[in-house]
Amino acid sequence: MHELGVTESIASICLRHAQSNRARRVLKVNVKLGELTGIVDHYVAFYWDMVTKDTIAQGAELNFTKVPVVSHCPDCDEDFTVVEYDLTCPRCGRADTELVSGREFLVESIEIE
Amino acid sequence: MDIEVLEGIFDANEKIARENEALFRERGVMAMNLMASPGAGKTSLIAATLQLLKEKLEVGVIEGDIASSVDAEKLKAYDIPVVQINTGGACHLDAIMIQQALAHMDLAAIDLLIIENVGNLVCPAEFKLGEALRAMILSVAEGHDKPLKYPLMFSDSDVLVVNKTDLIGLGDFDMAELREVVTRMNPDIVIFEVSCRTGEGLGAWADWLEQRVRDFKES
Repeated sequence: MHELGVTESIASICLRHAQSNRARRVLKVNVKLGELTGIVDHYVAFYWDMVTKDTIAQGAELNFTKVPVVSHCPDCDEDFTVVEYDLTCPRCGRADTELVSGREFLVESIEIE
Repeated sequence: MDIEVLEGIFDANEKIARENEALFRERGVMAMNLMASPGAGKTSLIAATLQLLKEKLEVGVIEGDIASSVDAEKLKAYDIPVVQINTGGACHLDAIMIQQALAHMDLAAIDLLIIENVGNLVCPAEFKLGEALRAMILSVAEGHDKPLKYPLMFSDSDVLVVNKTDLIGLGDFDMAELREVVTRMNPDIVIFEVSCRTGEGLGAWADWLEQRVRDFKES
């Protein structure tokens, strides 16, 4: 729902790093997106062209890597993929497992020229 | 040329949230971020909580709404510090809005700061404000199936208040099912069942909250 603000943040992070590296143009932006965040990549992509218009990031490809929700069971010492946000360990049934991934939302890298 | 960035998209907000958190800690104010859908009973729960805690704690309120000061007006009768934030369209409060609101509040005179977020079950969960306690309300009228549809807030809250329990039986709301699903997503969450209309369950909620404030101030 706040994808416009989020897209502006991505653009501002990307432009700051591009400028400090004296880029002429940004070609690609790699974003890591955990599946537990409420962000819809489709809408971010929708705003991207508008937000980057007339900047050196205009036309840059926006690439999302989705990070699945994974939790760790301390009893079994194993990771498992979380289905429907249920953090219960599928092997032993322990309820309070430790979330390993799924909350990521970061600009991982940019490709410039 | 590839440039490694590794910068979180919410980092700017989280930096300010940490500043707010440090300020709350320094002044001994326990801040509670109260989130829920529109109409779940955020303002009613705040009013009921003020009624129960006014002799025991000094409470301040920040009211977040897209527009109007309707909620702040409702709380005026309690003679407590209330600051209204109008987000002007934004669907959530963020740490900078709170930082600006704090300039209008005497934190030294407050033990508990209740921050009523914008009515929305999605976006507020993404933006930390510097709070020590993340609280949310789900009302019976919304249905017990909401945790799976709006997982982040249920996964991330410290306490869930289920409001409008006086409506149970009028629809197909299933409290046992709700408790089971929420606990599977968030095993540490504390759940209260209340009705702000009849007053049922509010005493247990207020006692728990008071204890949390005391623990915070002693820690």
